[in-house]
Amino acid sequence: MSGILAVLEQSEGELHKMSLEALAAAQQFGAELGLPVFAALLGGSEMPPVADGLSAYKLERVHAIHHELLAAYTPDGYTAALQPLIEAHRPKYVIFPHTYRVRDFAPKLATALNRVLVSDVVSHRVENGELILVRQLFQGKINADIRFEGEPPWFASIQAGAFRADKLEAGPAIVEETTPELDAGSIRTNPLELFRESSRAVDLGAAEIIVSVGRGIKEAENIAIVEKLAQALGAEIAASRPICDNGWLPMERQVGSSGQTVAPKLYIAVGISGAIQHLVGMKGSKTIVAINKDPEAPIFEVADYGIVGDLFQVVPALIEELSK
Amino acid sequence: MKIVVAIKQVPARDSLLKVNPSATWIEEADLSWEINEPDAYALEAALQLKEKIGGEVVVLCAGPERVGQTIREALAKGADRAIHIEGPDNENEAIADPLSLARLMAQALAPEQPDLIVTGLQSDDLGYGQTGVILAEVMHLPHATLIMSVEPNGPGIKVKRELEDGWFQYVEMPLPALLTIQSGATRLRYATLMGIKKAKSKEVKKLSAAGLGGIGPASVRLDRIAFPQKSKHSQIFDGPPKEAAAQLVEKLRHEARVI
Repeated sequence: MSGILAVLEQSEGELHKMSLEALAAAQQFGAELGLPVFAALLGGSEMPPVADGLSAYKLERVHAIHHELLAAYTPDGYTAALQPLIEAHRPKYVIFPHTYRVRDFAPKLATALNRVLVSDVVSHRVENGELILVRQLFQGKINADIRFEGEPPWFASIQAGAFRADKLEAGPAIVEETTPELDAGSIRTNPLELFRESSRAVDLGAAEIIVSVGRGIKEAENIAIVEKLAQALGAEIAASRPICDNGWLPMERQVGSSGQTVAPKLYIAVGISGAIQHLVGMKGSKTIVAINKDPEAPIFEVADYGIVGDLFQVVPALIEELSK
Repeated sequence: MKIVVAIKQVPARDSLLKVNPSATWIEEADLSWEINEPDAYALEAALQLKEKIGGEVVVLCAGPERVGQTIREALAKGADRAIHIEGPDNENEAIADPLSLARLMAQALAPEQPDLIVTGLQSDDLGYGQTGVILAEVMHLPHATLIMSVEPNGPGIKVKRELEDGWFQYVEMPLPALLTIQSGATRLRYATLMGIKKAKSKEVKKLSAAGLGGIGPASVRLDRIAFPQKSKHSQIFDGPPKEAAAQLVEKLRHEARVI
């Protein structure tokens, strides 16, 4: 193969939304490095039609790998299915979407092949034919350039939103179905049914204005001042994960990768530093305002307007200004 | 049940970071340090499991002398003893890849034969989010990530995993096993005065990183670091609160026209 293999993700016959972004990254790397791009998709005994759907993109081949032991995701099953594919075809790069599932099995797969996965890649550049990947350190406060060393295959996972799925190149691809040799006894974990807990009574997705609160609020009693700001704007109140974990606001008001994804007309982030888990849930908002005391907080990178200052002084001043 | 908790010491969350002159790592000199918050949740999960079914909690931590403080704090919260992998001795090892680190940890744990290893889902500094999964693979253990709760289940355990978009799943698995614990699922305890006193006499076994095989070549290298370029042109108001609030409202009303 000696090209780029994009390992994509599907559940219940639906392609994960980040799969096409990872495929776009693979195509872009391929174009810049002059390497062909392959895709792999795993599924149960019946391969879902999404594998055929991938034949609409410019790819050398789509490997549709199916087996009844892959119907339910397990890290052992996925590693056992992908390791022989990589060993047989020897891709130079293996690219994944940075999903929860990839975080669960890709480090194991890379380790089995004596490699380190470069996780959560936000951008790239090519220097003298060498691919350099950029990932974030310190919750987004610092970027790091990562270079590969030694022999390929080299592994990387792509952060949500880092590459655009609408930039995918179309073109016919052949789909090759294979059934790997898998042994039920080598799958050590037994996954049970999926379930959801909170009913989603609040649909933040419908809100035009959202005022969202994070760790900077310090104590449950202080939520009231942010509620006042929300009232002044006719906004829904939302929060980053720590606030909901603490029970200061209900779970259904959480914005981010484990909560809701929103894209209101105006999103005001109060005391939210802007960890990537939060940013993926709100960076599509039309206008973003950040209020934070740390001028280096990553939230300012996605903000249209920012106030650097103490939220306990800034928020009351805003409420007063809005009443004028 | 013998439970090992792998913890890391990282710069305190609100640290103002500076990049060193060669742009290879941050300036460490003036930083204050604390336990990696996700690992604090792993420690809490281990202590709760011990309280429920009995056994021993052993803390595993790699790092220079300064991590001794974080180890003592974990012992003060109720861990029984600790293993300190001493090192790294230089900056290159401080930013070692997670596979090299996991190999050191596996060597250190070989004589321990733990039933369960727990760790945080990621570190707040390098943030690879992989050390736990890699350690499981190096030690040939089954693993599960983003765990909300753990309960005994016959000879094994049943764990609750968090998935994306508000979904969860129970997974049954045998022991020994490795789990990465999701942050925020429980409240963290504080060390009691009695705990702090007791921690002083608890065993901390010191092993040198070099003696465990050291850090070898890896398939990835952290080349240089930098503060991110702002991708969006932000207008920042950093004057007195009243003035900044007035400027912002003016912009939202007349420029963005969203209120």
